[in-house]
Amino acid sequence: MTQHHQFDAVIVGAGGAGLMAALHASKTANVAVVTKLYPTRSHTGAAQGGIAAALGNMEPDSWEWHAYDTIKGGDYLVDQDAAEFMAKDAIDAVLELEHMGLPFDRTPEGKIEQRRFGGHTANYGEKPVMRACKAADRTGHMILQTLYQNCIKQKVNFFNEYFVTDIIVQDNVCRGIVAINVADSEVHVFHAKAVMIASGGFGKMFKVSSNAHTLTGDPVAAIYRRGLPLEDMEFFQFHPTGIYKLGILLSEAARGEGAIFINDKGERFMERYMPTLKDLAPRDICSRYIYEEVRAGRGIGGKDYVYMDFRPEVINKHKSGPGGKEVTREHLEKALPDIIEFARVYLGVDPMTQPVPIQPTAHYAMGGIPTDVDGCVLADNNKIVSGLYAAGECACVSVHGANRLGTNSLVDIVVFGRRGGKHLAAYCKSANFAPLPASAANDTIGEFDRIRASKGTERAANIRNDMQNLMTNYVGVFRNGPDMQKAVDGIRELKKRFKNLKVDDTGKIFNTDVLESFELGCLLDLAEVTAAAALNRTETRGGHAREDYDKRDDVNWLNHSMAYRTDGKGDVAVTDCSIRFEKKPVVITKYQPKERKY
Amino acid sequence: MKIKLKIKRFNPEKDSKPWWGEYEVDVEPTDRVLDALHQVKWFQDGTFNLRRSCAHGVCGSDAVRINGQNKLACKVLMQDIVKKDDDTVTVEPILGLKVIKDLIVDMEPFFAHYRSVMPFFVNDEPAPADGRERLQSIVDRERYDQGTKCILCAACTTSCPSFWSNEEYVGPAAVVQAHRFIFDSRDRAAAERLEVLNQQRGVWRCRTAFNCTNACPREIPITQLIGEIKQTLATGEIK
Repeated sequence: MTQHHQFDAVIVGAGGAGLMAALHASKTANVAVVTKLYPTRSHTGAAQGGIAAALGNMEPDSWEWHAYDTIKGGDYLVDQDAAEFMAKDAIDAVLELEHMGLPFDRTPEGKIEQRRFGGHTANYGEKPVMRACKAADRTGHMILQTLYQNCIKQKVNFFNEYFVTDIIVQDNVCRGIVAINVADSEVHVFHAKAVMIASGGFGKMFKVSSNAHTLTGDPVAAIYRRGLPLEDMEFFQFHPTGIYKLGILLSEAARGEGAIFINDKGERFMERYMPTLKDLAPRDICSRYIYEEVRAGRGIGGKDYVYMDFRPEVINKHKSGPGGKEVTREHLEKALPDIIEFARVYLGVDPMTQPVPIQPTAHYAMGGIPTDVDGCVLADNNKIVSGLYAAGECACVSVHGANRLGTNSLVDIVVFGRRGGKHLAAYCKSANFAPLPASAANDTIGEFDRIRASKGTERAANIRNDMQNLMTNYVGVFRNGPDMQKAVDGIRELKKRFKNLKVDDTGKIFNTDVLESFELGCLLDLAEVTAAAALNRTETRGGHAREDYDKRDDVNWLNHSMAYRTDGKGDVAVTDCSIRFEKKPVVITKYQPKERKY
Repeated sequence: MKIKLKIKRFNPEKDSKPWWGEYEVDVEPTDRVLDALHQVKWFQDGTFNLRRSCAHGVCGSDAVRINGQNKLACKVLMQDIVKKDDDTVTVEPILGLKVIKDLIVDMEPFFAHYRSVMPFFVNDEPAPADGRERLQSIVDRERYDQGTKCILCAACTTSCPSFWSNEEYVGPAAVVQAHRFIFDSRDRAAAERLEVLNQQRGVWRCRTAFNCTNACPREIPITQLIGEIKQTLATGEIK
């Protein structure tokens, strides 16, 4: 039996963006947070190094510098008005987190302590600046815990382990969502005046990824399946320092504290490529040069990885510590306890005495659901969908453009979670409940009945492996037309195989066999859009590095891409149609595109 | 290596009581137990169930009993528990919480205990007039650092004999969470939290078995933190 609920607003996802929005919106609106996990399991908790805000606690800083760094870091595909809002709001948002009790590290004066991070500079690129507010190397964990704690204090309503399958939009007005209660497979329809999607990323389309198993982008796929556009999906960030083969992230904070990259010849190669910022150049650049070194035969032992070295004596020899100052083992163990432990547990390598094997790992979607600076979702280049919001990694404001700077993901979730939450609350005051379409849950029920009854021959895990290999091999750090075409064609083949699934579990209680199959379908749609968007963009910009178009092309490509399904249908099943791309202008306020040098 | 995985299975829709499933899996020494469990779920029996998310020990989803000890399945490598072909690894749900299906337990009582200790920052005094952060010294910040590492995985609480024998006991995880705020120099609700912990279901149920400290995947010295709460209650002084 389908169950019905009514709330002023429903927030989908309980990571940093969703919880921040919930705290602000639930001050005046009746809000439900619906999440497929327990809130504290959200991947915000895996963020390590810090959250940028120009507090200037360590040295002079300004939000204008932060905005400029963000725009340049994004290779000028950033909407500059949005970056300015973000950098300005970041200061207040970080202080709000402190007032909520977040245990930031402290300076001797008792202020919030800050550290360096890639691409964050003083005075428009002059030198690295200490801007990342931090709590050891578990800053995201602290943000997630603090926001959840405050949600408990404020008695926010949670629907934990409810899996969202569909976003109900009709006549350009959002009316609610459809979800499945994981505990018993019952379908629930949530009727709402407003919905915010804050479901995080979808990096599980790649084989080597820092992302959690659950980051499958289901609500993002739902948006696309319902005929709404996805923006800039070709831009996926490969973080330079994943643990070799596993992809587990080792924070850029390590390089903030002085870590350097070393090739097989023992050379600090980033010095050669980026003489000013060196190892603290933005992530897209570091990942590219790691693979340049590998291609030149200078990977470690000729293999496809290099070292990140943060032994104290190495940092001191290269004077790569903050301000060129000496660092000690004791300081590093206190500043980076978790990543030192990850290296010890998963590699058996002690970073205090050995260099750490690293390789780029699929990390973050710059693209996603297009929104304005208040989180309102766009139906095309200009028109807003009434009552529909998105914030965080699933959204594309766009503050990250073609490449996100480290720490700006945490800035994004608190700033735009808050902006969106406030806007949504105001909207709920004036809006009425738009009627639900008849049988809103039917598409979900039909699709899940179909999957549950699948008696084919294909295991979802095999299709998933094949998809992840296609994406990592052909839509990775370096890309070219023929390879990306292979990825697009390959994913379309996988979609055919997806119709022939073998599902073992026909039960109702915690049927993750069926849910994982549905998740795979979502990833297949998003992987197809990602690969096709990458093939469509014939230039190199930020995280999108093409061998066959190796220059940035501001004449033809200084614009966002918007991807739409073309068959005019709208349902919850895997799409089976081509993709239409449109261009959307980039907002430029005062920074004209220049060549990106560090 | 080809090893044997013995998993305690239970499906309430089919089974009247739990049973042991035995699976042969091919593992690398550096594979996580979670990888082996996924092999079973993805390639042998899709009806098998567990919770997991981040797969590197920070989200707290996959606390299970591995060879009789509470661990995160994503933080134990095969090479740490098996040596050769045919070695056996047993995996069971954590104890003291109702099993819903296979390795999945009902976490709600655990989170109810967590919520009961006011696990949130309380300070109704106005923030600094300039809108900036409340100041806190490095020493004051360090005082409650250990508790901030907790990921609410429940490995500690479900290894605690006192919790096994009385589910009313708030358990070590909730005490750790209370400690995190009681010793935060910015917080103002220590007295209320101490009152909760001084009740029958509170901290005095701890018998100092140290199971919690051994079980904690975040290496929090839980027994010590519990001891500090007991001492605070005994002396009335927060130090």
